[in-house]
Amino acid sequence: MKNLDMGRVRAVVRKELMEYRRKRSIVVTMLVVPVIFLIEPVVIIFVAPLTGSSATLEKSVMVPILYLLLIAVIAPSTLAAYSVVGEREQGTLEPLLTTPLRQQEFVLGKAAAMMIPSVAIAYAVYAVFLSCAALFAHRDIADAIFHDGPTLLTLFLFTPLVAGLAVVVGMAVSVRASEVRVAQQLGTLATFPVIGVIILFIGGVIHPTFAAAIEFALGLLVIDALALRLVSRLFNRERLVAGAKASRQD
Amino acid sequence: MHAPATLRLLRKGRKSTDSSQSRTWNVVLDGEVTATIAPEQTLDLTLDPGRHTLRVHSTALLVSPEVAFDVLEGETVGYTCRPRSPSPVIANRWLFWLIASLLRRGLWIGLEVDDTLVPTDQLRPAVASATLSAPVRAVLAASSATPRPSKGDAALVVEHLTKQFGARTAFSDVSFDVGYGEVFGFLGPNGAGKTTTVRTLGTLINPTSGSATVAGITLSPENGVAIREKIAIMPEAPGLYLRLSVKENLAFFAGLYGIRHADQRIDAALDAVNLRDRANDLCGGLSKGLRQRVGLARTLLSDPAIMFLDEPTSGLDPVASVEVHNLIIGLRAKGVTIFLTTHRLDEAEKLCDRVAIMNTKLRTVGTIDALREQLFKRSIAIKTVAPLADAQRLFSGIASVESWTSEEPGSYLLTVEDPAVAAPEVTRALVGAGADVLSVGESLHSLEDVYLELIAEDSGDAA
Repeated sequence: MKNLDMGRVRAVVRKELMEYRRKRSIVVTMLVVPVIFLIEPVVIIFVAPLTGSSATLEKSVMVPILYLLLIAVIAPSTLAAYSVVGEREQGTLEPLLTTPLRQQEFVLGKAAAMMIPSVAIAYAVYAVFLSCAALFAHRDIADAIFHDGPTLLTLFLFTPLVAGLAVVVGMAVSVRASEVRVAQQLGTLATFPVIGVIILFIGGVIHPTFAAAIEFALGLLVIDALALRLVSRLFNRERLVAGAKASRQD
Repeated sequence: MHAPATLRLLRKGRKSTDSSQSRTWNVVLDGEVTATIAPEQTLDLTLDPGRHTLRVHSTALLVSPEVAFDVLEGETVGYTCRPRSPSPVIANRWLFWLIASLLRRGLWIGLEVDDTLVPTDQLRPAVASATLSAPVRAVLAASSATPRPSKGDAALVVEHLTKQFGARTAFSDVSFDVGYGEVFGFLGPNGAGKTTTVRTLGTLINPTSGSATVAGITLSPENGVAIREKIAIMPEAPGLYLRLSVKENLAFFAGLYGIRHADQRIDAALDAVNLRDRANDLCGGLSKGLRQRVGLARTLLSDPAIMFLDEPTSGLDPVASVEVHNLIIGLRAKGVTIFLTTHRLDEAEKLCDRVAIMNTKLRTVGTIDALREQLFKRSIAIKTVAPLADAQRLFSGIASVESWTSEEPGSYLLTVEDPAVAAPEVTRALVGAGADVLSVGESLHSLEDVYLELIAEDSGDAA
């Protein structure tokens, strides 16, 4: 990413956040979906069986905790699907592309704007969940949750990374899609890799240790960076304004 | 000899017991330490006009972001630097400090533009022009004093430019040039390739072959950003964010152009299109005509050298159209090149120094007078109170008249070589024949006649 002008990136972020605030459907979707996702983990910590070893107990609480990761994936997916093709449909993309804004700055600004509320909401939901566990859950359950450091680390480290991946995959779809509906349908694909990682943890294929959490987080970070570069390359002014395939552009 | 410019840097922040905040900081201008600055000190640095970079650092670890800015002759640019307090949620400030320093993202020292440091007497004088309305004068006054190449130099040079989308040719072998300060009309029927040409020159589309220079910069993918910094394009549809207000839309684009004093520029642009009182209205609530005006205001923000305007008066009422025409005339006087795409031939005739007529290929380019002479013979229109008794005998007896036609009784059109020679002869002959003459004068073909003639030729060729 050469010669990025962070002023332009910030301008895109500010504009996007302003638009989100003004669009009620976005606000409602971003708030309601996480609340729905919160219900099941909270119920589980109240009904989880207290019998068995502490290891069994920890495993039974790990599932709902990791399940919360999906919030960070689902919250930005609609926004990501709309991000490019939506601008194109409402006729705002061409004026935007006539400015000095580089495609990398556009992609980075859009991605950051989508991640900020998504990650903030996800962390807020985790805080609510952990508060419920600390205040209302059985002491053994609460201990199991708060002593399960690797899972909590996984949750906190993975949240921005999986949100980033969801955003980038959604944007890749949006760049190539011909209309918003198609982009939104294909955008659900963004959740698959994340669900796969969660299944690997829950299924015991990957043991949640501090080392595993950090290693996978670094891996995700690399994937996010590569995916961001890929989306910037997919972003082609000529195809977006004229619907035609074109050569390299800046 | 350039008048020097000034960078005025203020270091804010109380003197602290924290050594990192109370010691002097280095001021790094264009990559070199040029001065130091103590807390609460204001520093004036003399610069050459042009682009510069600025950074402030304490130790090697405590740095501000690096900012780039342009400064004009005699202008003062104001910046404020200040220590940033760590967020209260950062439990370990030293860890935060270390991370920020390692990332070298300037999280510890803030560096921001500060307009309050710029002397008010540096506001640019209004352009005095009795023919321009107050709002138009306002935007012209606010437009940059950036020296432009003189009128007559080429702002646009297009040579054998061709664009094909697969088997379809959008435009082919187009060559023309446009000077700085020229209003250039780009005309043609729907599908003639006008919009694609503008998109190509605006670096949105790559040409298939040919070459072009835009504002002195060679058209190539590598130069896309540099070209887009010097031009502004107003597409046919204004493309506004409907949930944002007029001012928020303009502020967003001002941010993309990195415009300093953005509020002043926005106000001036809104004044120019008479929308100051609607600045806080959501664009979604504006009529088509008002949205068009916002789109036009957006192109004024960046003080471009070349403006590509696609149907700028589409949807505007007559008064607003005249205001836009005056604005275009005023911008031309400032040396701005206007590339005007329009279907309103009367508008092109009124505003354009030269026009090009496209129909996939460039059919012609030149001044409207030259095109008239190229396509049509000169003629004299005559009106008499009553039809002439024997027009054929009368007109065939005048040597300077080549031919004549009459579309209605008492109205005649005479084809002549030179109206200045023919008109007196014809008048004498008419009076001698006892005709009651209402008027005798040269008949000028309109741009519409030129346009229709050329397009009709194309249709004939195609048939």
